Amino acid sequence: MDELNALFGGFAVALSGYHLMFMVIGITLGVIIGVLPGLGGANGVAILLPLTFSMPPTSAIILLTSIYWGALFGGAITSILFNIPGEPWSVATTFDGHPMAQNGKADEALVGAFTASFVGAIFAVCLITFLAPVVAKFALKFGPAEFFAVQFLTFASFIGMGRGSPFKTIASMCLGFALASVGLDGVTGTLRMTFGQDELLNGFKFLVAVIGLFGIGEILCSMEDGLKFNGAAAKLRMDAVIRTWRQLPRMWATFLRSCIVGCWMGITPGGATPASFMGYGIAKRLSKRGDNFGKGELEGVVAPETAAHAAGTSALLPMLTLGIPGSPTAAVLLGGLLIWGLQPGPLLFVEQKDFVWGLIASMYLGNVVGLVMVLTCVPLFAAILRVPFSIIAPAIVFVCAIGAYTVNNTMFDVWMMLVFGVMGYLFNKLRYPLPPLVLALVLGDQAESSFRQAMLVSQGSVGVFWSNWLCGSIMTLGLVMAFWPALQALRAKLSGNAAIARAA
Amino acid sequence: MIRTGVSKTKTIAAALAASACLTSPAWAQRWEPTKPVTLVIPAGTGGGADQMARFIQGVVQKHNLMKQPLIVINKAGGAGAEGFLEMKASAGDPHKITITLSNLFTTPLGTGSPFNWKDMQPVAMLALDQFVLWTNSEKPYKTTKDYIEAVKAGDDRAFKMGGTGSKQEDQIVTAAIEQQTGGKKFTYVPYAGGGQVAVQLVGNHVDSTVNNPIEAVAQWRAGQLRPLCIFDAQRSTYTAKVTEKEAWSDIPTCKEAGLPVEYQMLRGIFTTKNAKPEQVAFYVDLLKKVMATPDWKEFMEKGAFNQTFMSGPDFEKWLTSAEAQHADLMKKAGFLATQ
Amino acid sequence: MSSHEEAEGRPLVSYRTLDIAVTIFFLIVTAIVMTDSLRLGISWKPNEGPQPGLFPFYIVLAMGIASLINLAQALPHTADGEMAATTVPGLKRMAAIFVPAVIFVLATHYIGIYVSAAVYIGAFMVFFGKFAVWKALAVSLSIAIVNFMMFEVWFLVPLPKGPLEAALGY
Repeated sequence: MDELNALFGGFAVALSGYHLMFMVIGITLGVIIGVLPGLGGANGVAILLPLTFSMPPTSAIILLTSIYWGALFGGAITSILFNIPGEPWSVATTFDGHPMAQNGKADEALVGAFTASFVGAIFAVCLITFLAPVVAKFALKFGPAEFFAVQFLTFASFIGMGRGSPFKTIASMCLGFALASVGLDGVTGTLRMTFGQDELLNGFKFLVAVIGLFGIGEILCSMEDGLKFNGAAAKLRMDAVIRTWRQLPRMWATFLRSCIVGCWMGITPGGATPASFMGYGIAKRLSKRGDNFGKGELEGVVAPETAAHAAGTSALLPMLTLGIPGSPTAAVLLGGLLIWGLQPGPLLFVEQKDFVWGLIASMYLGNVVGLVMVLTCVPLFAAILRVPFSIIAPAIVFVCAIGAYTVNNTMFDVWMMLVFGVMGYLFNKLRYPLPPLVLALVLGDQAESSFRQAMLVSQGSVGVFWSNWLCGSIMTLGLVMAFWPALQALRAKLSGNAAIARAA
Repeated sequence: MIRTGVSKTKTIAAALAASACLTSPAWAQRWEPTKPVTLVIPAGTGGGADQMARFIQGVVQKHNLMKQPLIVINKAGGAGAEGFLEMKASAGDPHKITITLSNLFTTPLGTGSPFNWKDMQPVAMLALDQFVLWTNSEKPYKTTKDYIEAVKAGDDRAFKMGGTGSKQEDQIVTAAIEQQTGGKKFTYVPYAGGGQVAVQLVGNHVDSTVNNPIEAVAQWRAGQLRPLCIFDAQRSTYTAKVTEKEAWSDIPTCKEAGLPVEYQMLRGIFTTKNAKPEQVAFYVDLLKKVMATPDWKEFMEKGAFNQTFMSGPDFEKWLTSAEAQHADLMKKAGFLATQ
Repeated sequence: MSSHEEAEGRPLVSYRTLDIAVTIFFLIVTAIVMTDSLRLGISWKPNEGPQPGLFPFYIVLAMGIASLINLAQALPHTADGEMAATTVPGLKRMAAIFVPAVIFVLATHYIGIYVSAAVYIGAFMVFFGKFAVWKALAVSLSIAIVNFMMFEVWFLVPLPKGPLEAALGY
């Protein structure tokens, strides 16, 4: 119970009016940052970092992590309202969040997303509170082979869930992989598919593709249907919170699964983005309402959001205990710790007890404060949909252009965004599924690097993926997941009763 | 820089140059930035260059050393080529500066990207970053000799060296070590960042690394990693205890440990090509102010940096020879771009 | 999302044509990536594992095969395939946002993102939203200025700027 005592000590530090004020400021800024695709949590933290040098480290970290929480909350808003993921990890939120908004349920989707974020974050903080040392040791077990196994599992849990033509799914996914391979190859340092063009050195960045495919593509579709967003006329009702919360308890299993997936992906630096995809994929597989996913199902918003936040929060753990940042924002925070004279690493929990427990306490409080703040603003966010389309459409193009530009600070990416926009429209029309493409684009690079690192280590033997229990069991689980639809079909055939198979 | 011998004279010359430069000329104040200055980092967030750049930004802001703000942006694409090409493209804009790492030399040589340090205006060398040979402390290698003997006795490629990036500084040092291991090569495993490399070593996924001190110091203090030797001509000058027993100065140089390899990485500041002398002088002066702060001294000590300050012709001379040495080493290792 | 609008206007392009065009796009990408993969080498080296071209090569091989099947499925004339994918009014409406968007991005190179965005939003409001000019001016200028304050002043994220910002000292 040492942890509990230390935690209460931490609460005493964090619960001052001064610190609560920082939380409110930080979360407000964070939400703004999360909403605009051009500003990531890393920007906000990096810019405020210098301002914090004159503060005590605990106050500074409370301010900065509050921005982080705010950005995590804010990413969902544009995904749901406009189909534009403000942050990479909110891509999966668009799959059901935006259809919900189109059905006039934007407020429910927002409440669902915020609540799910909160649950995911709190679950992860509890894990950090009580299991930090154990978890840190677990993270050390991850070498290249294990990383690949995790990435493989993410993929496996996601493929085979699209409706429509399997060949279009394959084409779409392979295009994602092909785009991911453009640019400098991290393993050998050679240039691939650049054909001497300097602009292509960076490759195709995930965020640029996503802004184009989803945001611009959606605008084109809306324009074709007439000058409006569907669902804009939805009535604003103030009871959205209660209405939504009543539906949540029956999704307890989805919450739990997404929490576990998220924490796991956050700790083994898989990150929030794969976690959100995996959370969505697993929920679709296992939920009774899985068949409705993609059409505007609340559970389809809850699953990726819970996982993304559990991952985003638990990503701070490897930063504190191992000194490896789990996300770009965490990387900037890491720089901050060094400047305040704190050395992240195995000894931080021993040498800087007050700081660490103040931080953990602030994670609980920051999320509570954040949830209250964003929930009260739900009607305000939903009201954005009532702005006339002829204002919102060009404004969205403008904001998307900023978002695409800031990824690498090049105009080339803004042009690419327009190209991806046309592609997004065409793919939508012709029912080429987009999720496999974006997943391949975000994971393709990492998966290939891990695979080839593992091959270097094993001298080219594929057996390395089954060389220990951890890696082997993840790979096997991945294979089961990949062939799940086939297994399910087989089972249905054997029992001759499809209903039983679905219930399992 | 890689040298396979000791050159005391060079260090002395550098020290003299540094002291000569500290007397700042009167005309240094004649130019001041008229808009925010952008500091381009040709590397990703969280790495050594990023940490140093953000630290400089913090110090400038904390001590109010410049009227205009200093904005830091990462342009890491193409092993930093993106950042350098941006500097090259904005030759006429003196409100842009960049911080370099070894990719200043290795990226154009290794990828054929069309730029060279001469496309920029050198401002000053801030420090040289050290490289240390690390192993996991659970392994039986107490000294460099133990480890190198084990490599020699083992199968070819049996030992795995983890490092940051491909055909960059870590792999160059590895290639230099391989010249001393009797024909036995390492399996070099490239990772995305220095922090990750250190953790991979703690988790025993690789056998050794050549991490910069700041990347692995936390694991050293926790007793998880063991430094074998430092790739410098002299031992480190920092004598304060880092762990319970050891200080940076207790790590032997690789040469005295029987592995005659030296390598240090430039941490320097460049501005754009057409910058006027008074503009360069402004930045030199600004950096001197940064380096005079206690924060900077503490930062240097934490990362066991070799504090060598250079600017003007000395710095350019240093750059010319460093470039030639990188070209030579990369040629020997077969890392040159074939395009 | 738009298969019920044939009644709305003259059909422009059928699903079949569009489908064939997109599969051809996929096949072109396949050819490009394969060429470069072969240059990079697609073999499996004994000590290092796959060469840089191996993954892209087999990935686009799969993509090429899938696209050929898609092409084969798209080619026959079917009732579904002959349905209009888009109509003339539909395309016109899309062009109404997209063509100005292209001009906006092009203009960004010369006059910076804020000025061109203000013009873009203002013009769109006047011509397509039928707003009064003063309303359009007020909205577009305030969006541009708020974004300018946010990015350039508060968060210090430099975006493309033109002569106007330079004249103001940014």
